Amino acid sequence: MGLLSKKDSKLILDPLADNNPITIQVLGICSALAITAQLKPSIVMAISVVFVLGVGNVVISLMRNIIPSKIRIIVQLIVVATLVIIVDQVLKAFAYELSKELSVFIGLIITNCIIMGRFEAFALGNGPWRSFLDGIGNAAGYGVILIIVGFFRELLGSGTLFGFKVLGDPVEKSGLYAIGYENNGFMVLPPMALIVVGLIIWVQRSRNKELIEEN
Amino acid sequence: MEHIELFFKSVFVDNMVFAYFLGMCSYLAVSKKVSTAVGLGAAVIFVLTVTVPMNWLLDQYILREGALVWLGEGYADYDLSFLSFILFIATIATMVQLVEIVVEKFSPSLYNSLGIFLPLIAVNCAILGGSLFMQSRDIATFGLALNYGFSSGIGWFLAIVAIAAIREKIRYSNVPAPLRGLGITFIITGLMAIGFMSFGGMLTGGGEETSSLETDGEVGLKTEETIQDNSETIEITEVSEITQQ
Repeated sequence: MGLLSKKDSKLILDPLADNNPITIQVLGICSALAITAQLKPSIVMAISVVFVLGVGNVVISLMRNIIPSKIRIIVQLIVVATLVIIVDQVLKAFAYELSKELSVFIGLIITNCIIMGRFEAFALGNGPWRSFLDGIGNAAGYGVILIIVGFFRELLGSGTLFGFKVLGDPVEKSGLYAIGYENNGFMVLPPMALIVVGLIIWVQRSRNKELIEEN
Repeated sequence: MEHIELFFKSVFVDNMVFAYFLGMCSYLAVSKKVSTAVGLGAAVIFVLTVTVPMNWLLDQYILREGALVWLGEGYADYDLSFLSFILFIATIATMVQLVEIVVEKFSPSLYNSLGIFLPLIAVNCAILGGSLFMQSRDIATFGLALNYGFSSGIGWFLAIVAIAAIREKIRYSNVPAPLRGLGITFIITGLMAIGFMSFGGMLTGGGEETSSLETDGEVGLKTEETIQDNSETIEITEVSEITQQ
């Protein structure tokens, strides 16, 4: 990372693991989990959030000295809503099927707690460049969890990745299905998203004992 | 009948928390004690009941395609639905602020118990989600929109009170150390959501358990389709096995 100083690269790398917004800070779960039944929507959602949070952090950081603190929540909401409308319109224009599938959940990026959280905690007190890095880092940390959950749910639930039948064809009994493997239809149901995230938290916290909560 | 059906559907079948994971942030953060959970839940019911009908009016008379026709014939072609996010969130933020002022003025005791939670609610996904679902499901009348807002709020209230009660008890259990706190809460919520899925057949008499969800046209539909696909393929493979035997 020649471009970035050590402090700056920390801004990007920390949220990816030890300070992950979903598993450690408990932010942004709202709009995330319902769309992770497959890998493709998860990735689109991750990219959208990276865009909204990266750009939004810069905008808020540039305006931080002129926003009156009493109405800052409304200003922040308007900035996010504008960016989300851009994402929504772009998706509708270039990936209509996908935007139908994501339906209201693109809109719900507005109330994604990560975004408000980063605006409040970082962009209001730091310069644009550092805010940009922080935004990208946190959104990427969120995206990583989304993609992991989407990967396992699609692989175990439907036996596909991006819609390709990677485990063989369940009807013609090819690949793994030839030796009696069955898809776990349960994985595509909404509750399993929560349980998969619970398991990710379990793995992460047993590897890093410092993160363990005291009940 | 329509109202009763919508009520039970929004409370149990399409529960905000267990079916769509809306409002998870405050759901996880404020569910350590039953008393605070009741306070937040009540505030959510109240704000949803107010904002969903308001946004319904906005949607009907300003946003949707052809809604501006009451201004004159020339406005019949306008479709402002791309503005719905920004208008909905503005309504919600303003209403929350207004509610806060009104409650503070007329009922200081209620304000003291709800006070801390009210500003939080503006960014609760369940509130915006309620309005967006109302829009995408084409809720037909003002009365139904009011009903939908209220009953979604009740569903959210039930969920947060239930998880708070469980978390109060689980403090005395020997949970594996890395799962303590957040991890076990996620898994319990997942198990509760599986329980709530059994309400799926409630409104259809159990004959066709997925038909009530299919009308949603939303993410629910997507997952239902994949499940149906799976069950069909399983049936097909079973039949082929039997014929081979």
